[in-house]
Amino acid sequence: MPIFDRKDKSRYATFTRRTLLVTGGVNVVFAVLAGRLYQLQIVEGEKFMTRAEENRVSQRLVAPLRGRILDRFGVELASNRRNYRVLIVKEQAVEGVDAAIDTVGKLIYLSAHQREKIKRDIANNKPFAPVPIAENLSWDEFARINLHLPYLPGIQPDVGETRAYPFSTELSHILGYVASVSPEDMKNDPDPLLSIPGFRIGKRGIEKEFEAEIRGKAGTSRVEVNAYGRVIRELGHDAGTPGSDVYLTIDQQVQQFAAQRLGDESAACCVLDVTNGDVVALVSSPGYDPNAFNVGISQAEWNALTTDDHKPLINKVITGEYPPGSTFKPVLATACMDNGLADLQVNCTGSMTLGNNVFHCWSWKKGGHGHVDLKRGIAVSCDIFFYEAARRLGIDKIHDTAIAMGLGAKTGIELPGERPGLIPSREWKLKRFGVPWQQGETLNTGIGQGYVTATPIQLATLAARIASGNAITPRITRYVGHREQPRLQIDRLPFSDTALAAVQEGMNMVANVPGGTAYAWRITQPGFEMAGKTGTAQVRRITREDRATGRVGNANQPWKLREHALFIAYAPVQLPRYALGIIIEHGATVDHPHVQMARDILLFTQQRDPAKLPNAYPVSAADASAGRG
Amino acid sequence: MTTRSYAAARRTLSIGDKLLDVNWGLVLLITIIASAGFAMLYSVAGGSFHPWALPQMIRFVIGLILLITIAMVDIRVWMGLAYPLYGAALLLLIATTIMGKVGGLGAQRWLELGPLQIQPSELMKISLVLALSRYLHGQQVEDISKPLKLLIPLAMIGMPAVLVLMQPNLGTAMILCADGASLLFLAGLSWWWIAPTIGAGLAAIPIAWRFMHDYQKQRVLTFLNPSSDALGAGWNISQAEIAVGSGGLAGKGYMQGTQSRLNFLPEKETDFIWTVLGEEFGFVGCIAMLLLFAVVIAYGIRIAMASRSQFGRLLATGITLNFFFYIMINASMVMGLIPVVGIPMPLISYGGTAMLTVMVGFGLLMSVHVHRQVEIPRHSSGLM
Repeated sequence: MPIFDRKDKSRYATFTRRTLLVTGGVNVVFAVLAGRLYQLQIVEGEKFMTRAEENRVSQRLVAPLRGRILDRFGVELASNRRNYRVLIVKEQAVEGVDAAIDTVGKLIYLSAHQREKIKRDIANNKPFAPVPIAENLSWDEFARINLHLPYLPGIQPDVGETRAYPFSTELSHILGYVASVSPEDMKNDPDPLLSIPGFRIGKRGIEKEFEAEIRGKAGTSRVEVNAYGRVIRELGHDAGTPGSDVYLTIDQQVQQFAAQRLGDESAACCVLDVTNGDVVALVSSPGYDPNAFNVGISQAEWNALTTDDHKPLINKVITGEYPPGSTFKPVLATACMDNGLADLQVNCTGSMTLGNNVFHCWSWKKGGHGHVDLKRGIAVSCDIFFYEAARRLGIDKIHDTAIAMGLGAKTGIELPGERPGLIPSREWKLKRFGVPWQQGETLNTGIGQGYVTATPIQLATLAARIASGNAITPRITRYVGHREQPRLQIDRLPFSDTALAAVQEGMNMVANVPGGTAYAWRITQPGFEMAGKTGTAQVRRITREDRATGRVGNANQPWKLREHALFIAYAPVQLPRYALGIIIEHGATVDHPHVQMARDILLFTQQRDPAKLPNAYPVSAADASAGRG
Repeated sequence: MTTRSYAAARRTLSIGDKLLDVNWGLVLLITIIASAGFAMLYSVAGGSFHPWALPQMIRFVIGLILLITIAMVDIRVWMGLAYPLYGAALLLLIATTIMGKVGGLGAQRWLELGPLQIQPSELMKISLVLALSRYLHGQQVEDISKPLKLLIPLAMIGMPAVLVLMQPNLGTAMILCADGASLLFLAGLSWWWIAPTIGAGLAAIPIAWRFMHDYQKQRVLTFLNPSSDALGAGWNISQAEIAVGSGGLAGKGYMQGTQSRLNFLPEKETDFIWTVLGEEFGFVGCIAMLLLFAVVIAYGIRIAMASRSQFGRLLATGITLNFFFYIMINASMVMGLIPVVGIPMPLISYGGTAMLTVMVGFGLLMSVHVHRQVEIPRHSSGLM
């Protein structure tokens, strides 16, 4: 049996020896693998378990419900509306994205522009991410989509929340609007909510001023995600804290009436409650539609808003600084009464001379107002009287009185962007121009021209202070959430009662005595009469040539160069309750449209009679007597 | 040694004898491991036989039939086919290089022959072991280490290795070299060759580095410092380690692996299937699987030792070590011990060619077992 030859025996021996060596090597490798398993799973198991959990679980922020904004009666001015949306999920659209969009396009209108945007969004997102096709659908449209849903693979109906401003332009400057978060917003605000796609924050008005309170606190949703970030299921949910509601002092009805009354004019109007400074209406015209910013405004719309010479985006009530013109004269009259000029009398011939300069009265063509005292000076708005008054008072006293009347400084209204206006002083002039004050400038200041400027809300405040004798300050919010806004202590003005009474009488004569500058447009209903003061502010200087050629009237001028028309008023004249300031830019015409507007707005405001709405305007006896002045 | 076995050595065994002589314990062991693989594939598909578990089961059954069939064929037939098979595999490899279909990463690994897609490099693993075993069968121990005699086996290893490297498929080339080197070692290659070769190999690393493809370099660099590319190539390694590590002692439970279910694992059904096992069955499951593998390897070594022919011994050990190299490289790579190379876990990873290659290998191993009493004269090696 030649089974193993000798050579084969030695081969077998070598093979056996070496196989044992190799087996040893195999065992070492298995030991190393087991050791690695021990290290990964036993020694570092906890660490890797945590990391697997971090992979799996993702915390997502949940946007809280934004607080509402309501008027003094609880009418919703800014609310959260159900946003009926249609979304598309690419990977579920088995018949293709184009086919799905076309089918939806047969049910609801989709513009070519929209279709392009949808396709772009789909291309930029992961295939499982829902992309909006259409938002803010009507119930009918939404129902139609839902009805056809079985034939629309990849289409998802969705109900979200979106900001709604039911009164659109009427309240635009008070409410402001919400819009998408800009990179700059992110830099200034560490709130992680801002990084939620589609999150909106307040950009103007109350929405901006009270953003922190209205926004609310973020909720969280713990979700399980896969490696691509797709949410598999929700593990836990915390809805967060909804934002606080903000109650305004605004009366939506008055606001609406005033907005409609101002129409298309470039104008501003503010109505205050003289007893406490509550802003009843605050209208800057023209307005804009805040809903457009929420939905997303097109470049064309934005250009139209920014290039419009009526400046619809500007809240003129708080940011428009206009020369007050003759509406400034009650300030001088008050100063006269308390500075020994109560009996000042002037003979107006239409002009007066100071040094080398001739100062004209607006009545220079008719040969002047003749004999004028303080009250008649107000009633007929005689420039010569107030030039003389200014000359005798000097700029310092005028300045101090104007400041006490609430001019030259921000009123502190709870809206962003308020401007202070300007009451010039010697120090200001020296600092600003490096030149001392000139007496001619005092005279100009005396009729509300020159350097002096005021905002419409300041003019309304001025009227309210004269009417009440109190240093009232305007405010626009009553409650933020359940917290009542602090009421400022209302001090008595530093003027004598006789001074205020004389000025009030002058302003009464403006509207209610024949010859007064607003007599033709007075309120005739008994018990609702108003007192006021008209004003016209020059936008350009009237030159000697203009007077010679008769180019003084407004009608001959281009719109931009026409004079501003101003009016301050309060009513009812016997027991003042409401004060108003109004301006129509470049709107001074002979039929005084601004006075007519003021008349109608004040009448409308008064006719929302507290007697008929007993809880609406709570007036205590103390308030009433204080308002008496 | 039973009488029947001695008789078998002289006469041809009947098919019935052979079937009875098949090592059914090893077959059962292989089936258990493969079944664990089906269970893992069922799990990674989210509890479904589609798309992986069912095709894999069908392939395994085909593989099993192939295994038994190959085991029935006389070992001398396989020895006779060794060189033709090697030649065919080499030609196919060359063909792949010339007209091979361009696959992922620009690698040329597949050859399309009509409806068939074959991977010549897989075929080569078996053929190389067969051919080397046949060659070394004809060599005396003292002849193996002679330089001129050594040239032939080196060429047999070198040619396919270079071709596979050119595809480029570093992992398979490494396995080919490891298979060849182990056979030379087992056949009794002198230590005077082995020691300097290891030294030269170490010295050649910097040179090899220069010839490596960018993606291969990237894998090595990423391996050395995974956090350098935490979201790119290093991501795969980190996620695999997280999966295995988070399994802990007993695992998260069958079909409860978050890493695999949420797609954090790359190629979880193929090369990274081990991590799913680690995540769902933990340390206990992995060690159990390693033990099963170790028992298979022990079976292979025992079969080799029991063979009465040098060809049978070398073939059995070569096949067994080839199986072992797969396990070693795959497990090390998914657990972050070596850079990522595309080597599947045998019997468990999803994939037709790999499954068939492994089963053919076990068929040859089984043939060695069945024909362990067959003696083959040294000079019947044929060549030289």
